[in-house]
Amino acid sequence: MDHRNQVQMLLQIQQLSIVATELNLFLDTHPNDQQALNMFNQVHNDLLKAVRNYEKIYGPMLNYGYSPAVQNRWKWIDSPWPWEIKY
Amino acid sequence: MWVYEKKLQIPVRVSAPNPKLAKYIITQYGGPEGELSASLRYLNMRYTMPTAMAKGVLTDIGTEELAHMEIVATLVYKLIEGAPIEAIKAADLGSHYADHGRALYWENAAGVPWVAAYVSATGDPVADLHENLAAEQKARAVYENLLHLTDDPQVKDVLRFLREREVVHFQRFGETLMYVEDYMNKKKVF
Repeated sequence: MDHRNQVQMLLQIQQLSIVATELNLFLDTHPNDQQALNMFNQVHNDLLKAVRNYEKIYGPMLNYGYSPAVQNRWKWIDSPWPWEIKY
Repeated sequence: MWVYEKKLQIPVRVSAPNPKLAKYIITQYGGPEGELSASLRYLNMRYTMPTAMAKGVLTDIGTEELAHMEIVATLVYKLIEGAPIEAIKAADLGSHYADHGRALYWENAAGVPWVAAYVSATGDPVADLHENLAAEQKARAVYENLLHLTDDPQVKDVLRFLREREVVHFQRFGETLMYVEDYMNKKKVF
């Protein structure tokens, strides 16, 4: 499996995810900020798309039913664990 | 309820194994200003906060601190992984190795195990939010100390990211405190 590609796809998810986290915290204390709300919704859509694309190749990113499983094998335990990846 | 994301918040790289550096950085895993203390401090305080905003901020920052604990754990793991036993002994990690091998453990840089006394909760929302503001500043200061002790550029990148997050959290806790103080004052006037 192409390791560089996985790291690259993960990086894109990490970038979108930190933007979402930052906007989430900002909106907690600025719940009426329209510009931040719009940005949050945009990044939410981009993040979901990036995660679903990653999962098609490398298996589930989330446990407990938030990521789909494929037909023939439970892949949650297949991909490397976050602390094992050589970034 | 929490859901696990099979990714780190940011990529974590180290240039080479360095058990000496691992011994310093482990304090942000299990030391007084570390990420275990931070996550538990915030998540534990949620229940007695008077406003929805304060409960939300504590939930969200407490959750991010759990992700930071995983980042620090990964740094320590990668700095010890593959280090020969002689290097572990030379780094003064022999006593850690005697009890824990290459496993992680919540301890400060001197090897003293984590204690719940690192975390405070008074039940007074104004006092507790001040505690968090101080905690964020102390964690920032420890990350700066660690940056002085490091010359690995890849480790520095990770430590700088974590330091910046403390600054953002401090900002959000400050705003939360302002709203909570307003809320408490209104209650008293009424």
